[in-house]
Amino acid sequence: MSATQALVTGARPRATSPRRRRPAVIVAGAARVVGIAAVVLAFLIPLIWMLLASFKRNLDVVDPSKVFSFTPTLNNYDTVFGAQDFGAFIVNSIVVGIGATALALVIGVPAAYGIARFKAQSMTAFLLMARVIPGVSLLIPWYFLFSQIHFVGTYGVLILTHLFVTMPLVVAIMTSFFDGIPTELEEAAQIDGSSRIGAFVRVVLPLSVPGIATSSILSFIFSWNNFLFALVLSNQETRTLPVAIVNFTSYASVDWGGLMAAAVVITVPVMIVALFAQRYVVSGLTAGATKG
Amino acid sequence: MSSLAASDPRGSFGNRAVNWIDAHLKWILIAPSVIFVGLLIVFPIGYTIFLSLTDAAGAVTRPFRFVGLKNYVTWLTDVERFWPAAGRTAYFTVLALVIELVLGLAIALLLRKTFRGQGLVRVFILLPLVATPVAVGMMWLLIFEPTIGFANTVMKFLGLPAQGWLSDSGQALNTLIFIDVWQWTPMVVLILLAGLSTLPEEPDEAARVDGANAWQRFRHITLPLLAPVIGSAAILRSIDALKTFDIIYATKGMGGGSSHEAETLNILAYGQAFQFSQYGKASALLILFFLMIIISLLLLAILRKKGTRV
Repeated sequence: MSATQALVTGARPRATSPRRRRPAVIVAGAARVVGIAAVVLAFLIPLIWMLLASFKRNLDVVDPSKVFSFTPTLNNYDTVFGAQDFGAFIVNSIVVGIGATALALVIGVPAAYGIARFKAQSMTAFLLMARVIPGVSLLIPWYFLFSQIHFVGTYGVLILTHLFVTMPLVVAIMTSFFDGIPTELEEAAQIDGSSRIGAFVRVVLPLSVPGIATSSILSFIFSWNNFLFALVLSNQETRTLPVAIVNFTSYASVDWGGLMAAAVVITVPVMIVALFAQRYVVSGLTAGATKG
Repeated sequence: MSSLAASDPRGSFGNRAVNWIDAHLKWILIAPSVIFVGLLIVFPIGYTIFLSLTDAAGAVTRPFRFVGLKNYVTWLTDVERFWPAAGRTAYFTVLALVIELVLGLAIALLLRKTFRGQGLVRVFILLPLVATPVAVGMMWLLIFEPTIGFANTVMKFLGLPAQGWLSDSGQALNTLIFIDVWQWTPMVVLILLAGLSTLPEEPDEAARVDGANAWQRFRHITLPLLAPVIGSAAILRSIDALKTFDIIYATKGMGGGSSHEAETLNILAYGQAFQFSQYGKASALLILFFLMIIISLLLLAILRKKGTRV
């Protein structure tokens, strides 16, 4: 504090403009720090609140005087993994997420390469359409057709429908990634006698690992978070996490502690992934948006 | 190498196969995704249009009749559910979009210059974005719970009257907009930060030398340069905001609450299809909804073009 004061009042009495500007600069700097702190708190407090509530007895959740001072309990997590059997739902979400991501890569990466190198722009229009269509409008025909061939409730139908979310993502990210790889490398490989497909497999794909990592992480997260398709197309055995948590509130009285523990179980794994793969997640989320 | 391959009949077959693949590479690369889009998107849309002209309802195996445009007429003359839901969808989208763009721009400018802990702050901002929307809904359901929630504890602390939030039919939609803003403003921030990092430094420097103040530089240099990126963010966000489903379903349930106070077109269509099995009616509603989305996107695209030109 006194150091700041010395900085403001002391030194260089003759230079008028720095003297006049300095307090303003300090105020602006302080305002900026306060602003940044406010932004961080606004985004974090609800999540911290959820985390705290998940370790509280229901009696303490209800008690406003026990916001921070309470005896932590793991009972809620006992309920979530015991009575509610969330372990099985986690497995379901992982199976569907990995399946939908792998299939999206197999179909989407070649398509993205085709779009980037052969300028197949009409494909991007189709994929944009996949973003715009309301999911419910696809669910009705899917439900109609898939229930007649007894496909509803299987992992297969969930993986297939989650492709609707994951594939456009993979194509969008990989197209902008391939756009950034200079074509000279493939041309050099072709001059050395490689075929075009050979150049793609042996030269371009190994260079694309960061892009593939980005699109894999994001499409897994989007599949994990998807609620609508599994809500209609899963059954007791294949239910994914977002559908399982909604069942918590269907009881007469809400088990708040259990509900928050379930919310933590769903959100924390994704957040940990985001923490460690921040760069990939950010570049994937903003891919294409800045190109105008 | 090539003569070796030619002398081996299998090799020459392999060569011919590779040549054939190379000649048709574009289509081989794209075919799987075309088939996917065709089977899982184009065909279902066609089928939805077909169903929208029928009285399909009840069990999926029940035969249905062609009824022409009856379903469309029913919706467009429905002032009890359809038009209020359309109004709520528009209200939700416009308000959420405007708040997210303004807040997002402010936060992006705040975080633009490097500072200690910048990486950490960006990670924190990422968290709401990757959190499962349904779980986010549940989280806010507790925070906005009128008697035990944190929101009313804060209101009491500030000396303000307690609110009903999600359970108050007059406030539910606004509270949902708040939740959407909390979760998706970071998306706008990330896009704008990426956009800001690509802007050239020279015009800003030149204006600074010429004595322009911070506001003038923002208004006349940063904002016009950033306009196309803001436009992209607006389009991306409005597509998703129009279709908001998860947080509404998680906090208000089917029908958007007891008096449908939070019922948007998407929620209405879902209820018609999967609560009441009115597949024909729901399909017609979805086609109307789809048309509305397209129209609003075209409007946004035109606005964006205008904004970029000015």
